Amino acid sequence: MEMIEVSHFRKMFGKKVIHDDVNFDVKKGECLGLLGGSGAGKSVILRSLIGLERPDSGKIQIDGTDVTQLDESDLIEIRKRVAYVFQNGALFDSMTVYDNIAYPLCEHTNLSKHEIRDRVLSTLQMFNLQGAESLLPAELSGGMQKRVGLARAIIMKPDVILYDEPTAGLDPANTVKIQNLIVQLKSTGVTSILVTHDLDTAIRVCDRLAFLEDGHVENLGAVADLKKDPVQILQLFVRGQGD
Amino acid sequence: MTAKTEKFLDFVGGNTVLTGQMLRDLFRRPLYLDLLIVQIQSVGVRSLPLVLVVAMSVGMVMALQFGIGLQKFGAKLYIPKLVSISFIRELGPIFASLMFAARVGAGITSEIASMVVTQQIDAIRALGTSPIKKIVIPRVLACVICLPILTAFANAIGIFGGLVVGSLDLRLDAGFYWQKVFSTVVLADYLSGIGKTFFFALFIAIPACYYGLNVERGTQGVGVATTRAVVSSSIMILVGDYFLTKVFWIIQSWR
Repeated sequence: MEMIEVSHFRKMFGKKVIHDDVNFDVKKGECLGLLGGSGAGKSVILRSLIGLERPDSGKIQIDGTDVTQLDESDLIEIRKRVAYVFQNGALFDSMTVYDNIAYPLCEHTNLSKHEIRDRVLSTLQMFNLQGAESLLPAELSGGMQKRVGLARAIIMKPDVILYDEPTAGLDPANTVKIQNLIVQLKSTGVTSILVTHDLDTAIRVCDRLAFLEDGHVENLGAVADLKKDPVQILQLFVRGQGD
Repeated sequence: MTAKTEKFLDFVGGNTVLTGQMLRDLFRRPLYLDLLIVQIQSVGVRSLPLVLVVAMSVGMVMALQFGIGLQKFGAKLYIPKLVSISFIRELGPIFASLMFAARVGAGITSEIASMVVTQQIDAIRALGTSPIKKIVIPRVLACVICLPILTAFANAIGIFGGLVVGSLDLRLDAGFYWQKVFSTVVLADYLSGIGKTFFFALFIAIPACYYGLNVERGTQGVGVATTRAVVSSSIMILVGDYFLTKVFWIIQSWR
């Protein structure tokens, strides 16, 4: 059963066509890796899935709801179920780590302060961020900021997670930490799309890959099949780095 | 259509849309009163010293200028009347608003623009909340609440500044000064001056939020947006002052 369906998606910025007739889908519980060079418009697709960008034409369905037909207030319900992990964390710089992670719970639930505290502290523990709750985002390393961003995104237990370059700019140790967290979240049955340049991460965490080029998405098939063909992996690496 | 006309229409349209969104969300729950209180502290309480220093200086300079001019004709007794009426009807609201635009308007634009550049505004939306409710409304309301209060303080301190110069430099009796101030100024003068500041607060806060939310070209655009916000607010205050004065004058003449 498809959780995300994108059909005939077209997006222009001014006169420049970014996407022309993009089609793909993601099944429930599946993780799709969306690869492509810089400026290919990977993040634009991700942003459009939760209505941060509006397509010029086409349909985006999340669990049967056409997101393109919803106004800003109707999108709130979708955004509670679909988490977006920003490339740079996009943490609120005036709030502590604790307040950043507690933000969705304070906004959308009737949990008591005590219950919120318990949820936040257990999430901090899951992301190996114990002791960081009173720090401000400016006091965190890049890897920690990404983990806090991820923690904030998943605290509402979303059905779908959209990762925008979650390992970009990280050292190998932090990259592995983020990869492990994504694999851990995937094992809970959440549907996800991972936008990345990082082929290693994509192969490690995704079930299926797609390549975005010249405004179109090319389905590359299951990661398990790709792994049997090192030449194709090498070609993919070259295409991804080719911009 | 020239680029300037296009920009002007963008500005008018964008501010109108933002005002509409604000009015639509103003009474929708949640109301975020805690954010409003934080903003009142930030834009109001922290602007007080700046506004008071400027008002005091302007009051002193006015008394001195009037004193020098009127002394030649033996009319320095009119100084309390001139200082108080011009301060309460015009100079208090105008100077307080211009200082407020410089400090608060610039601060609002640069803060919001930085949030746009670092994707914090996107994060607010992505987390199922509204930047209009969380960012715009508390700031606009705080400005509308604080500017009239700051103006009332500015009026009092400006007139007091006139008294300082009047009694020290121009040898006016302090009791006489206050008596003339209170006999000159009527409630209508006060309401006309303070009434304008509600509009001036909107002229400052709404364009500041608009330019902040519509920042372009990354961090470089933050400075450009801030400059534009302060310039457009200042122009709107000075031009709008004429029309608002006329409106209040018409209302006063009906009574």
